[in-house]
Amino acid sequence: MNEKTIHSLKNVLMVLGILIFILLITIPFFASPFQVILFASFLMYVVLTISWMIFSGSTGYVSLATAAFFGIGIYSSAIMAKSVPIILVVIISGIISLVIAALVGALTLRLKGIYFTMFTLGLVELIRNFLTWYEIKFTGTRGRFVPVVDNDTIYWIMLGIAIVLLVTTYLIRRSKFGLALRSIGSQEEAAGHSGVNVTAVKVVIFAISAFFMGAAGAIMAAKWTYVDPGMAFNLNLSFLPVLMAIFGGMGNLVGPVIGAVIFAYLEDKLLTQFPYYYMLIFGIIMSVTILYLPTGLMGLAQRLWKRLAGGQRAHS
Amino acid sequence: MHILEGKGVTKNFGGLAAVSDVDFYVDKGEIVGLIGPNGAGKTTLFNLISASFTPKPGIITFKGVNISGMKPYKVCRMGIARTFQTVKIFGDFSVLDNVRLASLFGNPKKPSEAEATKDAMEMLEFVGLNKDINSPAKDLTLANQKRLEMARALAARPELLLLDELMAGLNQTEVTEAMEDIRQVRDKGITIIMIEHVMKAIMSVCDRIIVLNYGKKIAEGTPQEIVNSKTVIEVYLGEDTNPGSK
Repeated sequence: MNEKTIHSLKNVLMVLGILIFILLITIPFFASPFQVILFASFLMYVVLTISWMIFSGSTGYVSLATAAFFGIGIYSSAIMAKSVPIILVVIISGIISLVIAALVGALTLRLKGIYFTMFTLGLVELIRNFLTWYEIKFTGTRGRFVPVVDNDTIYWIMLGIAIVLLVTTYLIRRSKFGLALRSIGSQEEAAGHSGVNVTAVKVVIFAISAFFMGAAGAIMAAKWTYVDPGMAFNLNLSFLPVLMAIFGGMGNLVGPVIGAVIFAYLEDKLLTQFPYYYMLIFGIIMSVTILYLPTGLMGLAQRLWKRLAGGQRAHS
Repeated sequence: MHILEGKGVTKNFGGLAAVSDVDFYVDKGEIVGLIGPNGAGKTTLFNLISASFTPKPGIITFKGVNISGMKPYKVCRMGIARTFQTVKIFGDFSVLDNVRLASLFGNPKKPSEAEATKDAMEMLEFVGLNKDINSPAKDLTLANQKRLEMARALAARPELLLLDELMAGLNQTEVTEAMEDIRQVRDKGITIIMIEHVMKAIMSVCDRIIVLNYGKKIAEGTPQEIVNSKTVIEVYLGEDTNPGSK
């Protein structure tokens, strides 16, 4: 494979990317309402997976607090949506999640390894139980209604969140801050002694990731129209992004996106067609991925690509 | 002027006094050796100086400022850089990025990306690692990983460099090279404290030696004085149980 073919390949990929982008924006004009909502939920998983990955994938701290920040977004939205325009609701909900994550992070990011993970798991349960108690004690009802927003708007806002997140992630990766982040995942002690303010870096990225989780929750609340603490703080949403990221491969940005889309599609298909075997099939896919594809789908693709490219070079 | 000074420095792990009531000082431009049997508290003292641990009780001052209780990144930016007994490089980073990181974050002058890259290259050249700068650091040999740690520490532009067993696991030639490197670092005006078990290196490079045993300072002096010190010989070779048989 020579320079020229690589160059033209890059052009093809670029054109492909632009086409996909236009397609994504125009989906509501030609797809059925069901498909629009399905795509919105794919995008939701993409947002949750990438925002989980920008914190956990780079620092090595496994967070299971995704559902907590997503749920905070949902509840912020449920409280505000009657009086505030939806786009502002999404942004403010994201900011509320960000602030709470910064506070929680500052308190707990000193914890290492499994202790931090257990804490984040506990956080989801803590908020869910607190909210249930609060709602029953003070509002007298378990759930809340959220004003309806039309499907196309939900889709476009979710797409907007996903694009802002992808751009943010790309910029972070290329920046000095991104280097500091990866140094923490690689060798935290040495990072500190090389001048990296490890606590601040971890808290900042934890908060940024929570912003996108909260924003995604805020817009999904409008889709669900009724929310209660059990729905909003559903632990599945803490685990799924982790599985999706592993399944897709965390080496680059494309992996988690593909992982999230395929997983979300599978979930939808399996839930409707094999409701009883859905978890079992999920489990088998996960086990096979971890055993045979530790670097995920993207890792597999890269290995195949290298073999292909390498083979051709040998001939020339 | 003492660039670094410790007073009554103590660190307990549970009931064990890893470092107990140690007074020490280091003058600007010196090479000070820190020796003692395994478990004597040498690395703990390094961790205290580089602010991984906080002495309790006791204080450590660097350039007249009390650094006990500060965060490692602050102490690094103030001018104390270190290497580790077991190498702690960023294995999945390129060789260049390992050093660039320290330049970007550790150098108090806050260099730009371009300056940091230039600085990092200079440091890599100094330790002789300027060939495969784009390969992953984990692929380097142990000796080269140690050189990389030294380059990374130097990229933070320290005034005081802590070298924790830089020569452990190196062969004769590599030890000689490392000794030469240390002298050159000192000639740049950087003060050095080194923990070392390679006696040949310690004796020929150091201006002054501090000996620890069971967390206590038992001797201090020039290499000549240390070699002839009765307490040091007892600690290293054991007491002479039968003086009559000499």
